[in-house]
Amino acid sequence: MLEFKDVQTFYGSIQALKGVSLNVEKGEIVTLIGANGAGKTTLLMTLSGVTPASVGSITFKGEDITKMRTDMIVRKGIAHSPEGRRIFSKMTVFENLQMGAMTNDPAKFDENLAYVFELFPRLKERGWQNGGTLSGGEQQMLAMGRALMSNPEFLLLDEPSLGLAPLVIKDIFRAIKQINEEHGMTVLLVEQNANHALKLAHRAYVLVTGNIVLSGTGQELLSNPEVQAAYLEGGH
Amino acid sequence: MSEAINNLPPKPVFDLQAVARELLITFAIGVGIMIPMVLLRTTDRNSKLVIEYHWEEMLFALILLVVGRLGLIFLDKQKPMPTLIIGLAMAIAGWTFEFPTEVLEVFMLAAGIILIIRAGLALWREAKGVTENDRENGKKRRELLLKHSTGYITIVVIAIAVILPFLTDLLQFILPSIWGDSGFVVGLSSRYVVDVFTLIFTYILLAWGLNIVVGYAGLLDLGFVAFYAVGSYSFAILARDFNLGFWTALPLAGIIAMTSGLVLGFPVLKLRGDYFAIVTLGFGEIVRILLLNLYDLTGGPDGINGIPRPGFGNVVFARTAKVDGTQTFTDFFSNTFWQIDYSTTHRIIFLYYIVLVLCMLVAIFTIRIRKQPLGRAWEALRENEIAAASLGINRTNIKLAAFAISATWGGFAGAFFASRQGFISPESYTFIESAIILAIVVMGGMGNLMGIALAAIILIGLPELFRDLNEYRMAAFGFGLVLIMIWRPTGLISFRDPTVLLFGKKKREHEEAVDATKEGNS
Repeated sequence: MLEFKDVQTFYGSIQALKGVSLNVEKGEIVTLIGANGAGKTTLLMTLSGVTPASVGSITFKGEDITKMRTDMIVRKGIAHSPEGRRIFSKMTVFENLQMGAMTNDPAKFDENLAYVFELFPRLKERGWQNGGTLSGGEQQMLAMGRALMSNPEFLLLDEPSLGLAPLVIKDIFRAIKQINEEHGMTVLLVEQNANHALKLAHRAYVLVTGNIVLSGTGQELLSNPEVQAAYLEGGH
Repeated sequence: MSEAINNLPPKPVFDLQAVARELLITFAIGVGIMIPMVLLRTTDRNSKLVIEYHWEEMLFALILLVVGRLGLIFLDKQKPMPTLIIGLAMAIAGWTFEFPTEVLEVFMLAAGIILIIRAGLALWREAKGVTENDRENGKKRRELLLKHSTGYITIVVIAIAVILPFLTDLLQFILPSIWGDSGFVVGLSSRYVVDVFTLIFTYILLAWGLNIVVGYAGLLDLGFVAFYAVGSYSFAILARDFNLGFWTALPLAGIIAMTSGLVLGFPVLKLRGDYFAIVTLGFGEIVRILLLNLYDLTGGPDGINGIPRPGFGNVVFARTAKVDGTQTFTDFFSNTFWQIDYSTTHRIIFLYYIVLVLCMLVAIFTIRIRKQPLGRAWEALRENEIAAASLGINRTNIKLAAFAISATWGGFAGAFFASRQGFISPESYTFIESAIILAIVVMGGMGNLMGIALAAIILIGLPELFRDLNEYRMAAFGFGLVLIMIWRPTGLISFRDPTVLLFGKKKREHEEAVDATKEGNS
């Protein structure tokens, strides 16, 4: 469904992605793990066109989207829940969700909203509250809900567990699983919390300073000694 | 439990030495400020500049300062009674005695009244046993009340605005039966007051225009006066060279301003934050300098003269109709149903209504567009650009739209201003105008139309109110700014109305519950 071929991205003269190739098939949860500064967030930003790739190609459902504008990419069915949640803090929860539906067919609005509220009942309770007054976990739910409101086929999640309590993280990962199983949603998940992410994912890639160094199924990587040493120590 | 907390701080001890020290510091600061501002003044005597010493004025000003400070100290030490006495003494002194200058008398009186009010409030709280906690709660209650009643307040304000030019006549008709002689209200809708409000509404129009870029889209535009100028000059030139009337030239001026907004907007939209602000500041200056130098088109520093006044149909506001096929306002009405005498006030009132209608149109448009995807996209961009982009918002187009719409309103205001003044020159379009408009938007509470209107009334109205104070007039502007900053640091009306009603009729209950939780959190 999605394919990266030798993608290189630069911030000025600094190369953040040094030729990344990966692919994600329909209905999969693929996770991308790696340390700080490995280029995980850059990879997602490159995919959604915020920091376009200089070299290489990205194809989505057979269409080249490498140089496409961000808003056009969203219209192709790729929704991005950015790192650090980035909700609109002065808008109400409901308005935040509406913003997610900007590119969507208005006829699908009610259906999508019902689905998001089913997934995260807390959001319905807090409908009138300003986004900024939500707790961290609720904000993460809102960020994911907002992304889902565009009725995507492909969901990009950037560190959904960032700064959350273990119980809340469990909740978030349960929701990701639910979206994938019930809706057949394809998910590309970027995580530092390798333990959780690898257990959830069908397949995984390990990114080190802009290069993919390892790949395999979630279980394979979980039991890989290198991965255990680098990313899972203390994760248990 | 809350009582125990509130009783904790004991009444501060009245330490004479500390008070003396504080008064001395006040005195010293006062001397420092007043030597250059009050004591030394240059005057023109026989075409020679001479320094004059205003010892008396300085002495009185210093006494005013120290006594006023003493009153505030008493208030701080929770002894409102002496403050009340000092306030009364100051007010009476300001009212009755002859001071070296009138300004001093006004300040004395005003300071006295402020002290009386504050002391009175403190006494009242003491008598009622109002605690700090109660005060906080009262504040929140009032805020909530204000929030829920904005709709009604808006209706009342619009109603007053509509009848303002006839308020005197109305009151003179109603009041005598109750009051006897109503001579004191005559000033309410005098020619001057209507004229001042026309000016205020022009600024409201400008501020509502700038609000779209600054308040909604969150782009700090320091060169808004450029669009104001483009509107004015395109109106004047269209009227001069193509002989277009007010109602044709007005929308055209708006369109030209919009085009200039697009042209100026396109290159700067890639910039963010401070860089954006500086570049827009530069554009404001470029437009002004162009106006100064394109002599053949704009008349340079001489400006453009004889800009036509607005009329409607073939009716003009003048003593006699000079052009064939037109008739005067007085003839138009006198012929049909009743007799009115010519008065220059008719034109003033007509202008007032034009700007009022323009303001209403802008307000309706703004309120409506806030609920449309475009308005919401502006707010999203202001809140978080990356998130907005990741949701599929085309940043360039959305920002350009904000720029264009805001420029159009600026253009309308400019065209109206040109037509009202009859004469324009580049001097009216300096950076200070941008700064004033921006101050109105920020002080009003960015994004809130009512707040901005209120700020315009205070910041434009106050200096007008104190016009008698001559060179101290702009001090009133500063005074207004300081007052707003102290009392409402986030703007006069700073809450944001949600644009959608999720729970229908239950909205209000829900909102109150949410407010309650918010209060709990903060």
